[in-house]
Amino acid sequence: MKKLMLGNEAVARGAYEAGVMVATAYPGTPSTEITENIAKYDDIYAEWSPNEKVALEVAIGASIAGARSICSMKHVGLNVAADPLFTVSYTGVNGGLVIMVADDPGMHSSQNEQDSRFYAMAANVPMLEPADSTECKELVKEAFRISEEFDCPVIVRLTTRIAHSRSIVELGEREDISLREYRKDPGKYVMMPAMARARHVEVEKRMKRLGDFSNQATLNRIEWGNRDIGIITSGIAYQYSREAFKDASFLKLGMVYPIPEDLIREFAAEVETLYVIEELALFLENQVKQLGIKVTGKDVLPVVGELSTGMLKEKLLGQGPEPGCSTEEKVPVRPPVMCPGCPHRGVFYVLKQMKLTVTGDIGCYTLGALPPLGSMDTCVCMGASIGMAHGMEKARGREFASKTVAVIGDSTFIHSGITGLIDIVYNNGTSTVIILDNSITGMTGHQHNPVSGYTIKGEPAKQVDLVKLAQAIGIERVRVVDPYDINEFEKVVKEEVSVDEPSLIISKRPCALLKGVKFEGPLRINKEKCKICRICMRIGCPALVDKGSHIEINETLCGGCGLCTRLCRFDAIEKAGDLNEKC
Amino acid sequence: MKNVNMIIVGVGGQGTLLTSKIIGNAALKESYHVKVSEVHGMSQRGGSVITYVKLGSSVDSPLVEKNEADIIIAFEKLEALRWIEYLKKGGSLVVNDQQINPMPVITGREKYPDNIIEKLRHMCGYEKVIAVDALKIAKELGNTRVVNLVLVGILARLMPFSKEIWLESIKESVPTKYYDVNKKAFEVGFGLM
Repeated sequence: MKKLMLGNEAVARGAYEAGVMVATAYPGTPSTEITENIAKYDDIYAEWSPNEKVALEVAIGASIAGARSICSMKHVGLNVAADPLFTVSYTGVNGGLVIMVADDPGMHSSQNEQDSRFYAMAANVPMLEPADSTECKELVKEAFRISEEFDCPVIVRLTTRIAHSRSIVELGEREDISLREYRKDPGKYVMMPAMARARHVEVEKRMKRLGDFSNQATLNRIEWGNRDIGIITSGIAYQYSREAFKDASFLKLGMVYPIPEDLIREFAAEVETLYVIEELALFLENQVKQLGIKVTGKDVLPVVGELSTGMLKEKLLGQGPEPGCSTEEKVPVRPPVMCPGCPHRGVFYVLKQMKLTVTGDIGCYTLGALPPLGSMDTCVCMGASIGMAHGMEKARGREFASKTVAVIGDSTFIHSGITGLIDIVYNNGTSTVIILDNSITGMTGHQHNPVSGYTIKGEPAKQVDLVKLAQAIGIERVRVVDPYDINEFEKVVKEEVSVDEPSLIISKRPCALLKGVKFEGPLRINKEKCKICRICMRIGCPALVDKGSHIEINETLCGGCGLCTRLCRFDAIEKAGDLNEKC
Repeated sequence: MKNVNMIIVGVGGQGTLLTSKIIGNAALKESYHVKVSEVHGMSQRGGSVITYVKLGSSVDSPLVEKNEADIIIAFEKLEALRWIEYLKKGGSLVVNDQQINPMPVITGREKYPDNIIEKLRHMCGYEKVIAVDALKIAKELGNTRVVNLVLVGILARLMPFSKEIWLESIKESVPTKYYDVNKKAFEVGFGLM
C-alpha cells in the first residue's frame, strides 16, 4: 500500500516495521510528529519524557534490556541529551538503538541553527541522513541493523524540509523481532575508568570498521551523469541539487558519518569539477578537503540558512530567476502572535506595565518579546529563564532582583527549570519565578507533559503538584493566580518581587486552543461608550483592530475571553449578541 | 504527465495544512508523483504560512521557487500579495477575499493595503485571478472552518483530477462527522467556476 507521508510519519512507520518496542521523546519542532505517530501503534510503548536527556536514558535502558528502541528530539534537544550520548557510544547496545535528531536550518521554529552532524563525529557514532519520506522509513530500518551489527547507537538526522515534507511511501510489514537476552556485563555497561578505557579502544576499532562499511554500503551511491560536474551531497540538499543540475553526476550520501573515503576518491577522480553541496556548516566539505581533494562549496554557498534550487542555479550556474509577477506595494510583515484568548497575554501586559526585567524561556510565550507587549529581555534555551534571573541578581544585587522576574512554561519548567529553582533556594537568591501553567505543551502543538495529567496515549497519569514541589525544595512563598484577572495578577507580582526571599507564582489558565476551553462568544465595541483611548490595543490581541477613527473587534477571531473588558475604563466592550438582542 | 507546482498561503491556523493534505492525497490517487512541504511550529501561531505542493511524473525538491507556481491558493488577500512573486506568468491565483490584519496593522504602525484584489488582477491578468468570499460561504453553510474546502472546490476546476477522486480524498482527510459540511463547501466552490 502506498501512502503520502510526512517525513516524521515515515520515520514512525520505519520504527514500527523495524520491530521497535520502546520509543521516547521530548516534543520539539521539527521532530514532534515522529513520536506522536509512533504512539498510534499499539505494539510500541511510547512516552513523552520530561526532557531529552531522560528520553535517551530510557531508550538506552530499553536497548540494554534487549529491545529495539528509538529516541527522538530536535537539534537543541541533542545538546540536552549529549551527556548520555557520548557514553552510550562506549557501552554500545543490546537491542538496536536509534537516535532521531531534526535540525532546523533557517530557524523556522528554533533559537539557533546548529549543525548536529558534528555530534556524530564528536561522539564517534554513525549518522544517516534521508532525502525523502521513503528514505526516512528505509534508513531508520537500516539504522537498526547497523546499530546491532556494529554494537553502537546510530543517529538519523533530519532537517525541517525532510521532516515536514510529505512524499510517497510504500508500507511494509512489521518485522518479528523478539527481545534479545539480557546479560549482566559490567565491563560493557558500567562506565567507570577501568572499563571505559577498554571500551574506548573498541569504539575506535568500530569506527574503522564503520568507515569500511560506508565505502561498501548501498546507502552511499554514485549516480553517473555528465562527468563535467560531480556533486557530493545528502539529505534535502540532494533534492535541490538534482533539480538544479539535471545532467551532473552525483555521489549521494545516505551515511554522512563516517564518510565513504574510497568512494569519494573514486568519484572525485572521474569528474572535472567537484562540488560539495550541503546546508549549514562545512561538515562534508572539510572532510573531503582532508582527503586532499579540491572542491567548491562554501566558498560560494552560504553557511547561514537554507539552500534552495534557485540559489544553486544562481550561485553555481549563474542563472537568475526570470521575472514573474511582482509588486512594488509595501506588504506589512505578519509575525506570529499569541492567539486570541491566550492566557499568556495578561501576564506580559502586567509585566510591561510594571517595567520589569523579564528573563524568558522557550515556548509560545516567547512571543511576549514582540510588540506591542515587548516585555521579555532574554531567551536562550529551555530552562534558562530561572538560572539567568538568579545570575542577574548575583551580578547586580538584591535591588535589581526586585525588578526582575523569570517567566517559564509548565512543560519547560519540568524539562529543565526545576534545577534552576533549586539553585535559587540553595544559594540564597530572592528571585521571583512565574510558571505559566496552561495545562499543555503548547508551541509544538499540544503534547501532554507531567503537569497535564495524561500520557502520550491519552491515558490518565499522576500530575506533578507544582505547589508542593516548590514547597519541598524550600520555597515558602507560592502563589496561584488567574492571569485573566490582571489586577490581582499585578498585585501578586508586586508583593512577590518586593520580598527578600524566593517566590513562585503559578499563573494558571488552560491554553485557549484546548478542547473544552469555552468562552462566552465574541465581543464588540459599543461605539457610543468608546472614547478611543486605545488602552485595549496595548494587549496585542489579533481580534482588536485599530481603524484610526475607531476600534473594532473582529468577531470571527474573538472568542470572548474578556481580557480587554477588564482594561476598558468606559465599559465600552460588550457581548456581540447584546446589541442584536436590542435591535 | 504535466508537472503542476502550487503554493498555498495564508495565516497560521486557517487550515492550509488540511488543504495540502487533500490535494496531495488526490494526486496520489491519480498516480502522480507528489511532494508536499509544510510549516509547523511557531509560524502556525497566526504568522504568515506557506505550504508547497508539487506533482508530476517525477519531483525532486519539495519546494516551489519564485516564478514557478502554476497555481497559488491564498486564504487571505494580503498573503496573496506577499507571495505573488511565486506565481509564474500565466499562472492562476485563487484568493479568498478575506482580510486578517497583521500585528503592525492592528497596532496602527502600518496600513493594510487598499484594493488588493484589483492590484493582483492588474499584475497577473484579470481572468487569472479568482476571488471569492469563502468565509461568507462558510458562514452560510454554518461552519467557518470549511473556508478551505470552498477554495479546494475552485481549485478542482483548475486541476486534471476527477471530481470523485477529490471527494474520496476529502472523505479520507476530514473527520467523518464533518464530511457532509466539507463536501457541501467543496460543491459550492466547484459550482462557482
